[in-house]
Amino acid sequence: MRAAWWMIAAVPAAFLAVFFVWPAVTIIHRGFHDGESWTFDGIATLLASQRAWDALWFTLFSTTIATTLCVSVGVVGAWVLYRLRFPGQSVLRGLITVPFVLPTVVVGIAFAGPHPVVGIIAAMVFFNYSVVVRTVGALWAKLDPRQAQAAAALGASPRRIAFTVTLPSLVPAVASAAALVFLFCASGFGIVMTLGRGEYQTIETEIWFQTTQVLNLSVAAALSILQVIVVAASLWLSSYFQRRAQVAIRLLPESAGRASVNLRRDWPALLVTGGVVIGLLAVPLVGLVVRSLRLGGRWSLDGYRRLLDEELLGAIGRTLTTATAAAAIAVTLGILVALVTSRRPRSEAGRSWLHVAESMFMLPLGVSAVTVGFGYLITLNRPPLDLRSSIVLVPIAQAVVALPLVIRTLLPTLRAIDLRQVQAAQVLGASPWRVLRTIELPALGRGLGLALGFALATSLGEFGATSFLARSDNPTLPVLIYRLFSRPTGDDYAMALAASVVLAVLTAAVMVAAEQARPGEVESW
Amino acid sequence: MKFRPLLAAFAGLALVACGQPADEPGTATDELVVITHESFSIPDELKDRFAEDTGLDVTYQTMQDTGSMVNQLILTKDAPLGDVVFGVDNTFASRAIGEGVFDDYVSDARAPGGPESLPGLTPIDFGDVCVNADLTWFEAEGLPLPETLADLTDDRYRDLFVAPSPATSSPGLAFLFTTVGAHGDGWLDYWRALDDNGAITVSGWTQAYNVEFSAGEGGGDRPLVLSYSTSPAWTIGDDGESTTASLLDTCFRQVEYAGVLAGAENPDAAAQFVDFLLSPDVQASIPDHMFMYPADTSVELPEEWVRFAPLADEPFEVSSEDIEANREQWIQEWTEAIG
Repeated sequence: MRAAWWMIAAVPAAFLAVFFVWPAVTIIHRGFHDGESWTFDGIATLLASQRAWDALWFTLFSTTIATTLCVSVGVVGAWVLYRLRFPGQSVLRGLITVPFVLPTVVVGIAFAGPHPVVGIIAAMVFFNYSVVVRTVGALWAKLDPRQAQAAAALGASPRRIAFTVTLPSLVPAVASAAALVFLFCASGFGIVMTLGRGEYQTIETEIWFQTTQVLNLSVAAALSILQVIVVAASLWLSSYFQRRAQVAIRLLPESAGRASVNLRRDWPALLVTGGVVIGLLAVPLVGLVVRSLRLGGRWSLDGYRRLLDEELLGAIGRTLTTATAAAAIAVTLGILVALVTSRRPRSEAGRSWLHVAESMFMLPLGVSAVTVGFGYLITLNRPPLDLRSSIVLVPIAQAVVALPLVIRTLLPTLRAIDLRQVQAAQVLGASPWRVLRTIELPALGRGLGLALGFALATSLGEFGATSFLARSDNPTLPVLIYRLFSRPTGDDYAMALAASVVLAVLTAAVMVAAEQARPGEVESW
Repeated sequence: MKFRPLLAAFAGLALVACGQPADEPGTATDELVVITHESFSIPDELKDRFAEDTGLDVTYQTMQDTGSMVNQLILTKDAPLGDVVFGVDNTFASRAIGEGVFDDYVSDARAPGGPESLPGLTPIDFGDVCVNADLTWFEAEGLPLPETLADLTDDRYRDLFVAPSPATSSPGLAFLFTTVGAHGDGWLDYWRALDDNGAITVSGWTQAYNVEFSAGEGGGDRPLVLSYSTSPAWTIGDDGESTTASLLDTCFRQVEYAGVLAGAENPDAAAQFVDFLLSPDVQASIPDHMFMYPADTSVELPEEWVRFAPLADEPFEVSSEDIEANREQWIQEWTEAIG
């Protein structure tokens, strides 16, 4: 039994080792070892550099504020979108994911008005809102309402119910979402590059600068280590809260606990969510659509018309193929990791070991795409693994980034299985295989649509690791957008905006479809 | 051990997912791998013709930007990513040459004149990065056009200029080199004067030109922008005249080169490709496809270019060695003083 789990764990572990740990460690090693001797100049340079301290400070500052804001409005949004019932809800759930995949150039144009720091934080919230709403919402939708009803029947006020029954059950999902948002903000370099104008640096943009622009690998390596420390600390914090709050929750089919809108009760939540959706999501997106329809000061469909000549369909096809491959890899591996890390070993050592393993799979989110991308160049460079120029490397790199999201989406549903349910099954003579098949896999199925959606979305919009890999000159949609934006002619600008709208629509469609295509709900016992 | 079927299924899936065979390495010498950056573009007919004429199986691989492309080539020089590279520019060339990234080959397949070649690097195209002005705006305000870098710090032109940041954009960095070329060690003082006169920097060329510039697509409110000397060729109004002009005393010249990579598997084909980039048809396609001037100055230019996109007579220059030695420090000094 235990051997089987070890073997299941070995597959994703090997994947992560080859496509993440090895490249990252090799490039960091190259920074400290020049081929003959060890040198730690990079660390000394870094410690003495005001710029590096500023970057560390700004990373922590902007990321913490953005995460706090994002979680606050996100939890409210999860209530509205997953716990209430109103028409158009599933479309809205799809729409809020659009920002997650928009190219940062587009976001840069939308948020360029205010002070750079305000713009950066607003853009971070804009990007990650859906991560909180969906991660928390997926769990909230299935919370058994009877516990809250019982509390109400015993005379608890709605406020008391919220703080003593509902929110504690949500803590694992909230902590998980917060960690994801923190890592996305801390490692996303596009937003800071586009909106920071070179005035504001984070650790990530410094790594980009030191690695790609001046090839100072020793300073880059020191920065990467600093980044890993920050990431590890945030993961530890998140896992601490999750562990403290790990309570078995009763889950029900999604529709069970949803209520119709009751304006007297729901107006604050509706107001906050409406404000976020309109102010932070709709306005920038409508602005994008409007701009894509303007050319030379006139209304025009020219951007779209010319886009069709530019092999648009081919680019969409390639984008979808890559995204499907990446999502297939990420979801397959994610299921394996989620199954393994949701084991409940009796020994304390076993439990800590699983927590470490789980955190390891989160690392790719927090470690710089530049580090990993450049690491590929010097590791995957000889047979049988000469993949540097192979087309399979792009979906693989995207899967590495999507994997943490998939795991974080699947784990809460598995962890929420009441241990007594499993024990009851065992007492009744069910084999481990039967427990897996009849209890755990169905629970997993509930998170699958969301996980698949996130994996696809990550790949659709991913422009980090892949932008450092060699690509064929047949572009995917994000690459096409990037190319069009950098051409110095007016009509290409309209085309680039039109292509961004196409990407947004494509993403929304994929997310709505993933939402619908979930396996049928399974009745809880 | 009742998990076997499941395990096998998952393992199989994982294998199918990641086990696509990579290209067979080094089996044939009729393959050519071309490394370029995102702005590389030549007509498909010409690419096809090259493949047909030479019988080569050509793969084009694009990297994001020049800096990261060159640094990737340096990092992988022991096991090169391809056979030939296009798009190394004069600001990144010296380091790559010093690191021994290129083979010796320099093509002689072009007319005299135009930019000089470097060891192992053949010039393919070039262009100027200059300050551009919105003519309509200046006419409406009755203000004379600024001409020199010094004019940009004049009180009359307060709050009018926008440039992409040197720290995040390559034309922005070219403008930093312009100021170094013009003011030597005093370049940072010039930037402080610009800053005091209300100049702003934004993240990239797109933001500067298409969002902030008054004659760009976004219709911003700044009539002076850092762009290319060719930009006026794309702002031709209904009357057939360009609504913008570049200020030719504010320019920095960028030259893009092609070179055979040291250790290439197919150096002969790589050399053929460099020659191909200099062939009349490819050179003639450069203005429309890569928005640069062809290195072969005998090639006829589009009419709008002749009328509205002249080159600077004496662009500012900074040696490639100087740039390589100081790039990081200059950017950091700029960030600390201005950013």
